[in-house]
Amino acid sequence: MAKITYIEHDGREHEVEVRPGLSVMEGAVKNNIPGIDADCGGACACATCHVYVDDAWRERTGKASAMEESMLDFADEVEPNSRLSCQIRVTAELDGLVVRLPERQH
Amino acid sequence: MSDSPRVLIVGAGHAGGTAAALLRQYGFEGPIALVGEEPIPPYQRPPLSKAWLKGEADEDALTLKPAEWYAEAGVDLWLAAPVASIDRADRKVTLSDGERLPYDILILATGARARPLPVAGADLSGVLSLRSAADAEALKTALGPGKRIVVVGGGYVGLEAAASALALGAEITVVEREDRVLARVASRTLSSFFQDYHQTQGVTFHLGARVTGFDGVDGKVTAVRLADGATLPCDVALVGIGALPNVELAAGCGLALADGIVVDGEARTSDPAIFAIGDCTWRPMPLYGRELRLESVPNALEQAKQAASAIAGRAPPPSEVPWFWSDQYDLKLQMAGLADGADEIVVRGDQAAGRFAVFHLREGVLTAVEAVNAPPEFMGGRQMIGRQARVDPAKLADTAVSMKEVAAGQ
Ligand SMILES: Cc1cc2nc3c(=O)[nH]c(=O)nc-3n(C[C@H](O)[C@H](O)[C@H](O)COP(=O)(O)OP(=O)(O)OC[C@H]3O[C@@H](n4cnc5c(N)ncnc54)[C@H](O)[C@@H]3O)c2cc1C
Ligand code: FES
Repeated sequence: MAKITYIEHDGREHEVEVRPGLSVMEGAVKNNIPGIDADCGGACACATCHVYVDDAWRERTGKASAMEESMLDFADEVEPNSRLSCQIRVTAELDGLVVRLPERQH
Repeated sequence: MSDSPRVLIVGAGHAGGTAAALLRQYGFEGPIALVGEEPIPPYQRPPLSKAWLKGEADEDALTLKPAEWYAEAGVDLWLAAPVASIDRADRKVTLSDGERLPYDILILATGARARPLPVAGADLSGVLSLRSAADAEALKTALGPGKRIVVVGGGYVGLEAAASALALGAEITVVEREDRVLARVASRTLSSFFQDYHQTQGVTFHLGARVTGFDGVDGKVTAVRLADGATLPCDVALVGIGALPNVELAAGCGLALADGIVVDGEARTSDPAIFAIGDCTWRPMPLYGRELRLESVPNALEQAKQAASAIAGRAPPPSEVPWFWSDQYDLKLQMAGLADGADEIVVRGDQAAGRFAVFHLREGVLTAVEAVNAPPEFMGGRQMIGRQARVDPAKLADTAVSMKEVAAGQ
């Protein structure tokens, strides 16, 4: 299991254990953490699973694909550390990952 | 809280499961019962014709929440428990086994069912439909290398299943009554693009063809018969000719109906104590000034938000542009808005390269976009549709002008 901390826009923190193989989006949804809508269930089709990856973790979470990049381009409040969380696969190396959630996904 | 109303949700599908989860996210502390006919907790249907059918996603990926979540969140989950009737005067529902459950607020989330094809032989084994996980399991078991599949109906579910079955080595024939696939749900440009693409992959089409029956031997389907006399031999016939809303419970207790249970912008039915959400509803769409029934996950989620917000006393969620996606082969289709009533069509991008978008305009205002492997066109288009933006057709067609620029600049 990997420990992931999701921080809501208002600062509320949720620390949960996520099974490797799931996505960072699924880790939030399956634990009913507010702030990630994930309308398309991980098909990289909706951009409502936007998160900000904590700087310490940006290298380990990898780079966005061209498809993800072009979806993110149109999301609200995009930052250099923006990612679509359905496109980040949880691995043992991501134990301790911290992501922040935007104010809104729509 | 003892004075919290009792919420009862009928239908433990995508909309019902999401409504229960959102009520807890929104801080609703009263009792919630989630009552469903299927034997398993709420799950997502889209992968059933896509990744799951191809064996690229497991059960775990399908489920909305882990099975333990319901008890942990204080959601009383009733499975394999079909609701038989609703007594509005007494505020109770009756299950098929006679058990009666009380409610203060009822949410109907009964979804839709596969439309049956009323022809001879439709009850043969091997004549399948695809709505539930159990249906998908039966289909997956029947697929494999060399298996001959006839798909009746060239809609999204049929075409997605065709693409997935082909990936598993099956031989596919699609029979469609209209003169093109996706006739009810996509523009001609998109229909012909998808048909060509499927043909290149090896799918055979019979268009303008009516199925008159299924032949069988020993109770098992062997062929699909067409009105023109042709017979198409098969191991499996998959019938995907649309879905019918499950409105019987609502009809039985006298709620207002159209092609679905009539609801307002808060997802409330004609009885203020009863909400309805998802595929079973006939809902307003303010952006287009009319009512309609939608069959999509984004619609189920939007209405789950509306109902949960109203019940938890939160501000209503912002209204959304209807949208949908479909994955077939390496094609990602994303569409937003409603195309009917458009008076101008603009194609942007390169159809031959499999990366393009079809934009629909009405009096210069963007009303819909259909994007194939073109996320910027979809995202920019969806935003412009929501703003009811005027667009310059020349700019829109010019790929030298980025979608960001098109979306920003009017
Ligand atoms: C194969 C397939 C692929 C799809 N692909 C996509 C896609 O790519 N994108 C997209 O946006 N949408 C897609 N959809 C549509 C999407 O799945 C539906 O819009 C969504 O499931 C609607 O949710 P719902 O809760 O309204 O209905 P459902 O998910 O159907 O849930 C309704 C539930 O209510 C139960 N029920 C009905 N009557 C009773 C009763 N009397 N008592 C108790 N329980 C009852 C049913 O058994 C069911 O479990 C797809 C659907 C299918 C079948
Ligand atoms: S869940 Fe839709 S893009 Fe991530």
